[in-house]
Amino acid sequence: MASKLYTDDVSLVVVLLDVNPFFWGGALKKTTTTTNSPSVLSFSNFLNHVLPFLNSILLLNQLNQVVVIACGANTCGYIYDSSETKTSEAGVGGSGRMPDLCERVLGSLEEFVVNDQRTGWGADPTAANAASGMLSGSLSLALCYIQRVLRGGLLHPQPRILCVQGSPDGPEQYVAVMNSIFSAQRSMVPIDSCVIGVQHSAFLQQASYITGGVYLKPQQLDGLFQYLSMVFATDLHSRNFIQLPKPVGVDFRASCFCHKKTIDMGYVCSVCLSIFCKQHKKCSTCGSEFNQPHLVPISTSEQK
Amino acid sequence: MAGQMVINKRVKYRPSVKEAGIPGVLLMTEDKFTFTPNDPRSLARLEVDFRSIKGHMVSKDGSKDALLNLKYDIEGKSRGYIFEFDNFPDRNACRDFVGKILGKIQAMGSSGQNAQTVSAKSAAPVRGEQLSTKEMERRMKLLREDSELQKLHKQLVMSNVLTEAEFWSTRKDLLEADAQRTSKQRSGFKSAMLADVRPLTDGRSNKVTFSLTPEIIHQIFSEKPAVHQAFLSSVPSRMTEKDFWTKYCRAEYLRKTRNRMAAEAEAAEDEELAVFLKHDDILANEIRRKVRRVDPSLDMAADLGDDYMHLPDHGILRDGNKETSDLENEIPVRTFAHDINRHAAVVLEGRALDVELGDTRTVAEELARSKQAELATETSDENIDRERLERVYRMTEIDDLHDPQKLPFAPLCIKDPREYFDSQQANALKALRDTGSGTKPINLSAEEAYNFVMDQISEVLSSGLSDPVVQPETALKVLNGLSQQLSSTKYHFGKNPQESIFDGLPRKDKDELLHHWSSIQELLRHFWSSYPITTAYLYNKVLRLKDAMTDIYHKLQKLKDSAQSDFRHQISLLVQPMLQALDAAFAHYDMEQLKNSNKSRNTPNGFVQQA
Repeated sequence: MASKLYTDDVSLVVVLLDVNPFFWGGALKKTTTTTNSPSVLSFSNFLNHVLPFLNSILLLNQLNQVVVIACGANTCGYIYDSSETKTSEAGVGGSGRMPDLCERVLGSLEEFVVNDQRTGWGADPTAANAASGMLSGSLSLALCYIQRVLRGGLLHPQPRILCVQGSPDGPEQYVAVMNSIFSAQRSMVPIDSCVIGVQHSAFLQQASYITGGVYLKPQQLDGLFQYLSMVFATDLHSRNFIQLPKPVGVDFRASCFCHKKTIDMGYVCSVCLSIFCKQHKKCSTCGSEFNQPHLVPISTSEQK
Repeated sequence: MAGQMVINKRVKYRPSVKEAGIPGVLLMTEDKFTFTPNDPRSLARLEVDFRSIKGHMVSKDGSKDALLNLKYDIEGKSRGYIFEFDNFPDRNACRDFVGKILGKIQAMGSSGQNAQTVSAKSAAPVRGEQLSTKEMERRMKLLREDSELQKLHKQLVMSNVLTEAEFWSTRKDLLEADAQRTSKQRSGFKSAMLADVRPLTDGRSNKVTFSLTPEIIHQIFSEKPAVHQAFLSSVPSRMTEKDFWTKYCRAEYLRKTRNRMAAEAEAAEDEELAVFLKHDDILANEIRRKVRRVDPSLDMAADLGDDYMHLPDHGILRDGNKETSDLENEIPVRTFAHDINRHAAVVLEGRALDVELGDTRTVAEELARSKQAELATETSDENIDRERLERVYRMTEIDDLHDPQKLPFAPLCIKDPREYFDSQQANALKALRDTGSGTKPINLSAEEAYNFVMDQISEVLSSGLSDPVVQPETALKVLNGLSQQLSSTKYHFGKNPQESIFDGLPRKDKDELLHHWSSIQELLRHFWSSYPITTAYLYNKVLRLKDAMTDIYHKLQKLKDSAQSDFRHQISLLVQPMLQALDAAFAHYDMEQLKNSNKSRNTPNGFVQQA
């Protein structure tokens, strides 16, 4: 691998798109009730902002690579990889009405949504079931992809992950999301987040804070493209010279393992570090028994 | 107080330190002092109110002149009335008198009249502050050393918010710490070697003089247990102390001059003298005991030759001669290395005696006692041997020949990984419904949602991307919004650990804030400690405190409002916690007040009490 090309201005951007139908459906309901307020965005408008942004990343450097991962209600999957198109059919086909990238993305997006619906067919049909998207799954996919690119191939681009998320956090994914965040931190992959939902996302706040990415919650959603291109388009090297939004406060609260509630204060297993909202006699994760403190030293010495 | 106290002494008044004094009479009463010169023509007549005196200084007892300097301020400069007394007792009497009066003035504050009315108002028994001069001096000293404290004292005590006693009661530790600091430091042994009991020869006669001080004797006893032993056994039963030391010095002299033949002859003649020349058994025992405690893995025999002492041209030069160690002699030669080692050991052990050095006998006995106590605490030889064996065993252990050490541990077993990683769906759903129901519609079927998303995608596919992507007005708005957000100070606040907001403030505001903060702390401490209010005295105190706090509250508000625009945000941030603390106190006060008024209203017609 000595011939690998190390550059500081070539980026590998993995974009996690929120395609959770329940989130966008909710947005639809709101748009029908309130007339076109700037804080609510329809899915078509969203695509109208994101697709040009993806294109502009590719335009910034010829070697830049963009991977799009859709993050649905039941599944998540790769829907676009700029490196594949380049090799197979560069510029061939397409109606010409819009860039090749957009057509491909939209095409695989349709497939993805159909597949996602089929996967969740038998499940609970109410919205609450999957109100939160598969953030943990898509983060894992992104990290795996990045690892594959970094370990093989001739290029060594600067990888980063951009989460464009609207769905609220799923506290039940807490452990999985935190694990992904820590592995991203370990492999030095910053996670940028652009939250288009109503609430702040504690997961993404922590993700960006821990991995050194940028967390942004745009106020003017009809100017989403402007936000994306201003804040998230620059490569990692250039970020050193640019003043980017810094987090004012990060919500560091954890979810408990027993009820998956977000808690301010709780109990931590001294053996496996599981978090609980109530005191237990026995850790439900690793089975350690929490003895009365004064009994411990006596029993250990007698066993010996 | 036993009537009017007056002090009348003969003194000399010195207009300045260098000048000669003008003889006269100093008369001190409780509120003023007068100096009347003996020479009625002299103009150096003084009549000074004690209130103008800021402090007093004295020359040390036993110094050349017995001086008393009464300090006062003129136009901000410190001056002094210097009086020279005939003797120290006179001066000391005056000093104590002045100290008492200054203390009283200090206690009364600048307006003694006011203090009296306040104390009369408070129904608590007014304890006249009978403070010792020492206590007073200590307080004055603390105030002098700590300008912060002085400021606080001036503000709170002088304005009668707190009484002197209240102010100091919370600072007992300060006073005590100060008192402790003055206690004497114990001195150890000098690290200089005892080689200095050198004989002084005057060159003319054959007489040799040794001079021994109690200090040196103590050191000899510590360093040479044999001498100590001999002293205890033979003085004063067999010989006088003088004889003993003469003998000792003689032995030392013989040793010094290396007159071995003479030494041997003398030792044979006089057994007491022989004690000093022979090998010190006690010392040898002690050394043996110490050697036993050396790490057994250390091979001292292997290091024996490392000092090169046996080789020619090596060794230590002492007193111009080279020392060589030869062990065959009956009277062993004490080498320089021995001396140094022994001395170092004694110095490091320190001086454990509390008796005054003076009487040799008591010193010797005291030393013997402390030695015994030391021995008693040491573990017996048997114990040491066992310990030593254990240690040898531990150190010579070869790890490879043992089983791997098994520490008791409980392996981490995760019974069901799914429980760790997967969600408990039911619970999670419940939680979600609880938290998220307000923000999104629930009655949305999956069918509907998916259809909607598909519609949107096909809409984009059919109609293509919008052109332009963003409306120019919106883009400009976003651009402005973002850059404003980024450049606002809120984002840089507290992000840099090196720069503090506080240091950026103008000096005046900074000082004022600090001062307010410390006085608020003081007031609040007194305020909260007065609850529950049980006596009228406490009630009055709280009233006073509340008024003072209200005062500061207004001052803080003013400070906040008058701050320059650049700093207003920072200052309000700093002031906020102070205001909050005060608000909490006010709220508590109001609540107590309300409770009390309710109670008092209930009392007259509450039949429970009457029953």
